Amino acid sequence: MTLRNCLLAVAAASLLAGPAYAVQLSIVSGSVGTDIQELRGQLDEYEKQSGNTVKIVEMPASTTDQFGQYRLWLSAGNSDIDVYRTDVIWAPQLAADFVDLSQAMKDEIPKQIPSIIQSQTVNGKLVAFPMYTDAPALYYRKDLLDKYGMKPPKTWAELTETAKTIQDKERAAGNKQMNGFVFQGAPYEGLTCDALEWVASHGGGQIVAPNGDITINNPKAVAALEQAKGWIGTIAPEGVLAYKEEESRGVWQTGNAVFMRNWPYAYPLGEGKDSAVAGKFAVEPLPAGKDGKSAACLGGWNLAVSKYSKHQKEAIDLVKFLTSEKAEKERALGAARLPTIPSLYSDPDIVKRQPIVAKWKDVVAGAVPRPSAPTKKQYNEVSKDFWTAVNETLAGRGSAKENLTKLDHQLRRLKRGGWE
Amino acid sequence: MPILVKRTGFYALVVLIVLFSIFPFYYAILTSLKSGTALFEVTYLPTSLSLANYRDVLTNGVFPTNILNSVIVAVVVVAISLFLAVTAAYALSRINFAGRGLLLLTILAVSMFPQIAVLAGLFEMVRAAGLYNTLFSLIFAYMIFTLPFTVWVLTTFMRDLPVEIEEAAIVDGASPFVIVMRVFLPLMWPALVTTGLLAFIAAWNEFLFALTFVSNNSTRTVPVAIALLSGASEQEIPWGTIMAASVIVTVPLIVLVLIFQRKIISGLTAGGVKG
Amino acid sequence: MANVSLGAPPTDKAIAAEERGAALKSDLSRQRLRAAWLFLAPMLLVLALVAGWPLLKTIWYSFTDASLSDLANAKFVGIRNYWEYVDYGDGTGEHFGLFFDSGWWNAVWNTVYYAVISVSIETVLGLVFALVLNAEFVGRGFVRAAVLIPWAIPTIVSAKMWAWMMNDQFGILNDMLMSIGLISAPIAWTANPDTAMWAVIIVDVWKTTPFMALLILAGLQMVPGDVYEAAKIDGVHPVKVFFKVTLPLIRPAILVAVIFRALDALRVFDLIYVLTPNNSQTKSMSVFAQENLFQFDKFAYGSAASTFLFLVIALITLFYIKVARLDLGGRGT
Repeated sequence: MTLRNCLLAVAAASLLAGPAYAVQLSIVSGSVGTDIQELRGQLDEYEKQSGNTVKIVEMPASTTDQFGQYRLWLSAGNSDIDVYRTDVIWAPQLAADFVDLSQAMKDEIPKQIPSIIQSQTVNGKLVAFPMYTDAPALYYRKDLLDKYGMKPPKTWAELTETAKTIQDKERAAGNKQMNGFVFQGAPYEGLTCDALEWVASHGGGQIVAPNGDITINNPKAVAALEQAKGWIGTIAPEGVLAYKEEESRGVWQTGNAVFMRNWPYAYPLGEGKDSAVAGKFAVEPLPAGKDGKSAACLGGWNLAVSKYSKHQKEAIDLVKFLTSEKAEKERALGAARLPTIPSLYSDPDIVKRQPIVAKWKDVVAGAVPRPSAPTKKQYNEVSKDFWTAVNETLAGRGSAKENLTKLDHQLRRLKRGGWE
Repeated sequence: MPILVKRTGFYALVVLIVLFSIFPFYYAILTSLKSGTALFEVTYLPTSLSLANYRDVLTNGVFPTNILNSVIVAVVVVAISLFLAVTAAYALSRINFAGRGLLLLTILAVSMFPQIAVLAGLFEMVRAAGLYNTLFSLIFAYMIFTLPFTVWVLTTFMRDLPVEIEEAAIVDGASPFVIVMRVFLPLMWPALVTTGLLAFIAAWNEFLFALTFVSNNSTRTVPVAIALLSGASEQEIPWGTIMAASVIVTVPLIVLVLIFQRKIISGLTAGGVKG
Repeated sequence: MANVSLGAPPTDKAIAAEERGAALKSDLSRQRLRAAWLFLAPMLLVLALVAGWPLLKTIWYSFTDASLSDLANAKFVGIRNYWEYVDYGDGTGEHFGLFFDSGWWNAVWNTVYYAVISVSIETVLGLVFALVLNAEFVGRGFVRAAVLIPWAIPTIVSAKMWAWMMNDQFGILNDMLMSIGLISAPIAWTANPDTAMWAVIIVDVWKTTPFMALLILAGLQMVPGDVYEAAKIDGVHPVKVFFKVTLPLIRPAILVAVIFRALDALRVFDLIYVLTPNNSQTKSMSVFAQENLFQFDKFAYGSAASTFLFLVIALITLFYIKVARLDLGGRGT
């Protein structure tokens, strides 16, 4: 083949692939575990297929830090970022800066879990399209539970007892670093999730009810937080007050915890080559509170196209590519990211290779959303006030009752006439 | 008290001071040379000499670009500040005019400005001027702390030069600009180097503006890049890479500071105390 | 002589020469005057653009309802961001605004606490460092170089280095303290509310003591040697010499250093942002303002906090100028 033919062939191929000329897109994403590698792999494929190039702008793992930055960039009308990976709770706060996807994605919408699409729709505008959903699990060391003849706990009280027993016995046996339970206790969005689970599983509501009423100051919520406070320094290391997802996983994966509360992404990583817990653990839904039932905080990430992007069409194409059934399946297989397409939960490959995903279908279906819908643009501050109150309670600064009463006042001040 | 005890006590204090000062940096180097699970074992002496973290930092990602950004910003900021400051300092130190005292006070006051107080206003300006996410925004914003500082120190320095050096030039009818360029500049190299270096360090280390005015990986400066370094690591937080990055950006500064330490001390003291 | 100079006036000689020049030729003096303003203009313009205008803007925003996503349409709302009384219409009501925000006062308290404690420790340690460096001993050059290292390390890097050393599970600080028996269980330095502020202070002390030491050392080196000689001959105890002779002589140098550092400490942002993010025990005024400006939908409120911080710093600066002036007066310039 002559050079000319070669060029023609390339030109024809790129014409067929879609855009007549290649553009460069930027996608910004936080990074937990192998998220970035996973994303890069899929983007490479997209680049091959479309001829466009995509750059990843990396952000730290903390959702709170990411949000602060994104908000700033969007308000600056930054055109350098085309696609944002957004947390499930951000839609109402950032709605004005993203493109409405409801038309462009109308063929894809019916395939998705309706409640997730609903959570990303603000005043009829589809702000972001689901990439994967998330609902946490209780990770436990099967080997240790078997060793001491104990069963996975069904309630938080059982968890407390089991963790204490195993931790003490392991420490007595010379395993000084062993901790009973690790979770996310740092003052940031993750703690809002953890604490919402404790409160909701005790029947204490969702901080702010769907109709906008502030409900957090109730005896069941107080009991839930008092119980969690009892863990600090007994079954959970004091440092858990600064742990986010990755710090908890660090302790867990070096084999130094009996239980961990974390998202499913930690599962394949825990089974990885250099993991000390590979083959020794299993997962269950989170325990229930007294007289309550297990509650999992609804997480998950979505893709949104910036209103300021100069390549909105290509950006939407990219979103389509990354949220396709194929992409979701890859993500489920590679990183145990939970699909937002219901049919994938019974996909034979996934059932076989990532059992946690298949097992999590019901957990996702029953997951509790954070009150981002009723509190609208003020959600971030509501969440900050909540996680601060919880963090202080855990740290022993004031009782749960005192802190929740204070929180109740703060939220009332914030709400004034109504959430806006 | 026997001399020996006193001497020993004194040297013990000296050793303590040195340890206190250099241990954290030593430990950062130590950590940066570890990899894998060795990272999570506390040791006081080097156990391995793995350069993997350095390779990671320098090849994966855009850290070299971040270093380049920091260099560009700091160098340009220093150049502009010095240029503006030399002439201004001449006017403030050698020419008597009404309002000079007030002007100097204002400049001093600006050097004490809390950055957060101008952040909102600057952000709006940067956005309106279309400088958002460019290095120009930082170059512009950094003037707020480098310019008052350089003017102040150079004024103090010029003031102390003997009057005779410009007398002849004045009598010859040389213009003030010629006097600054021909008479003062050659005498001022030491002061310029010191002030420039201090301004360079200040610009190199700045965080709040850099966090607010640039967004992309490839436009970030070093402090923001380190603060936001997440790394594609499976070992929770990539402490090894963070430490390697920290060492890389700190070593040149330490070398500079050690080379110019005497000058820096005089520059710092001119900024604050003068005898 | 350790004098504090502030007005940085031209030397008497320079003025004299200028006057002589003026006598020779009044044209020349006018030319120089014109040149002065010409020389100053670019610098003043830049400062006005980068400091003056943004500051006015920030103050203006603090009296509006500006939100980050819609800055252009900010409307004047009076002092609502500082103080507002909301009448609930049923005989009850509540005060709102910065002045009634416990979160803000918590940030103010944290900042003041941090500034006072860290600057005090830095002053004492800086004095010790300076006295040591002022003595003659083998290896002084090396020690002085070593002491400068923390100062040369960027704040963010220091914060990360210490965050790693203070890590609750794998940190070397806990390991050290446990091996010498000071503590029995690892401390979660940055997480525990009782130690979080101290973690910040420790890092700050480590980083800025050299600066303090250098400023004090400069003061010390200006104490004439014969003072010590005289004291030695008279057989006065060295400790007494220090308190009676040295300290009063270097007091102005210390005072200036303290005020410089205090102003710096009151603005603290990056160290806290990186070392103990979102921790209410260490939230400083700058962090509070930044959070409201860019993370919550409260740009105007954050501007009010910034304005308040500016006022506090301006007052202290004025105080500093006054103090320094008094010393200048003593010098007779």
